[in-house]
Amino acid sequence: MTPSAIILIVLGLAAIGYVLGRQRALKTAQREGVKLHSLSGYHGQSVALFIAVPALFLLAAWLFLQPVLIESSVSGRIPQSAIPEGGARSLVMFDVRRIAEGLNQIVAGGDVSENDLADMRADVTDVRARLAEVGVALGSDVSPIVLQTAKEYRATDLTASFVRNIAVLVVALGFGAWALARIRPGLRARNISETFIKALLMGSSLVAILTTVGIVGSLLFESISFFNMYPAKEFFLSTTWNPQFRGGSELGILPLLWGTLYVSFVALALAVPLGLMIAIYLAEYAGSRLRSYAKPAIEVLAGIPTIVYGLFALITVGPFLRDWIAQPLGLGSSSSSVMTAGLVMGIMLIPFISSLSDDIINSVPQAMRDGSYGLGATKSETIKQVILPAALPGIVGAFLLAASRAIGETMIVVMGAGASAQLDLNPFEAMTTITVKIVSQLTGDTEFASPETLVAFALGLTLFVFTLGLNILALYIVRKYREQYE
Amino acid sequence: MTEAATEMAVDTAIKESAIKMRGTDVSVFYGEKQALFDVNLDVARNSVTALIGPSGCGKSTFLRCLNRMNDTIDICRVTGEITLEGENIYDPKIDVVELRARVGMVFQKPNPFPKSIYENVAYGPRIHGLTNSRAELDEIVESSLRKAAIWEEVKDRLHEPGTGLSGGQQQRLCIARAIAVSPEVILMDEPCSALDPIATAKVEELIDELRGNFTIVIVTHSMQQAARVSQRTAMFHLGKLVEEGVTDKMFTNPETKLTQDYITGRFG
Repeated sequence: MTPSAIILIVLGLAAIGYVLGRQRALKTAQREGVKLHSLSGYHGQSVALFIAVPALFLLAAWLFLQPVLIESSVSGRIPQSAIPEGGARSLVMFDVRRIAEGLNQIVAGGDVSENDLADMRADVTDVRARLAEVGVALGSDVSPIVLQTAKEYRATDLTASFVRNIAVLVVALGFGAWALARIRPGLRARNISETFIKALLMGSSLVAILTTVGIVGSLLFESISFFNMYPAKEFFLSTTWNPQFRGGSELGILPLLWGTLYVSFVALALAVPLGLMIAIYLAEYAGSRLRSYAKPAIEVLAGIPTIVYGLFALITVGPFLRDWIAQPLGLGSSSSSVMTAGLVMGIMLIPFISSLSDDIINSVPQAMRDGSYGLGATKSETIKQVILPAALPGIVGAFLLAASRAIGETMIVVMGAGASAQLDLNPFEAMTTITVKIVSQLTGDTEFASPETLVAFALGLTLFVFTLGLNILALYIVRKYREQYE
Repeated sequence: MTEAATEMAVDTAIKESAIKMRGTDVSVFYGEKQALFDVNLDVARNSVTALIGPSGCGKSTFLRCLNRMNDTIDICRVTGEITLEGENIYDPKIDVVELRARVGMVFQKPNPFPKSIYENVAYGPRIHGLTNSRAELDEIVESSLRKAAIWEEVKDRLHEPGTGLSGGQQQRLCIARAIAVSPEVILMDEPCSALDPIATAKVEELIDELRGNFTIVIVTHSMQQAARVSQRTAMFHLGKLVEEGVTDKMFTNPETKLTQDYITGRFG
């Protein structure tokens, strides 16, 4: 039985539980001649919740843990001799899983029975061809040991799944029967449902939090193993970024950090003034008709995928800057440059700044404007001296959010700024950023457990700390601003 | 004419030379809807004129016409004529920014800018270039705060934010801010409706003192307030001017039944 079938069964049981709970509540109330504390629907609901929630929770946990546990127990049974020279145990396990899956399909196909399968031997049957028939293509012939392990894997998996199904059903029925049995007219089913729903909602937010913790944890873990192989002082202070295949790499973060900050600076230098002026125009000068068209039109910019911006940088902006500005001025001959990526990213950031600032300017109370106009101030004096100072903290918040977005941006930089890590002041030189190097280090051909690959995690952690800091600062400022008019 | 008859005439109409502002056939439209119907009302120099009437009667609308604050509302249209010292303020030649410097306004809810107390008062003189030096500006700030009867309370904290003051103090700060540009007329739109009785008493006292230097028009919902602070009162109802005249007479012996009912609290 597949997990989805089990889920359907549990949900079906919950529906039945609802009906039974309702009826039982009504019946007991009638028999004892007392008024129900809660509406009968709440009794039904609490029974249904007791059937569905623990059972489904168990199922989820089981589905998550089962492969991990089976994997570790089966993988230990593969003898060292079965692992090819230079290969890894995990690669063999990968084959094992695929073969086990293939065997499942063969049995499901119906022409091989479980008994035949047990007799199947790698040196007699052409397992590889047999598996290919059901759509599982293997790179090499199957060795007897691997086939044997695959069979064990499959058997353990089947047993475990069977136990799982039973356990889930027992939990569903057990909790259901208990919830049904305790129904009395005085039972506070309404409050029970309430508590249950609160727990459910809390659980949902817990998922998000745990995911964040998990991501940070894995970043931290891999970063630590990187710093065990590579000195932290070198990483943070060296000005050279030069990864080598055969070790002896120089992995200084400074050129990457410089590139990141330089590109972000160019982007913000374009986006902030433009975005702010757009916001002021939209909020203070534009009529409501124009505003209702212009604002969504500008926000479309935010909906364009960054890869499209990247194309735009690569095909149009880069060559244009090279041919018309960099080469005539003798500043360089590369079409990938900090300027290219920065300008295109700036355009991407305009809607962030303009939209957020527009909302913030609009939330400055009309009384402030009236007060200023009533003293004989013009519109631009009012904006400059009253509205912008009042909106400033919020605008700073918008600015910081845009900054953290700029620092984390990857696609535009890959296509616009190039991949050469250098410390240079010339904005028409190709440079690169932390995000680009994370991609190239992880997608390279080097071994995973080498500093050349693991450096990606250290880079990611640095970036994370950076943007997290900016976001916290932005939130703090925005929150402080909100209190001002209350 | 006998002396008594002359006095009667003075009682009911303002002398031509004492008219500061005059509204002639003023009508206001918000889009299709007419909010004010042919109002004729004069405002006397160096006196307090109270505009009373039930909510939505058009008294605030009329007030906002006097310094063209209605211009900030897109759909609002004003017809008729309003003069300030004989000059039509809706004439295209008039600079609305300059007009508002001459006819200042204090709003219903205290609205100090999120700046320091000093900066709040200095705002008007700065944008109009009324001073040449810091010392002069300091002087204007101090004298405005003194005139608004708040100097003693804030003199040691001039550089703290104006939003940190109490409601009554904020409103007096807003009055100081309006005085600082030395307007000729000050319009007040229910200046005490957000204040407690003690703060209200202080602001009322202040209004009475300001009468010596300024012409004041005040919108109020409080009959007692109108009776206490104003010399002349105008009663609005459903966008029309019902009755206007000397406050004392209006409160003791109103001409229309409507005014009498409103003043005695029988409706509104």
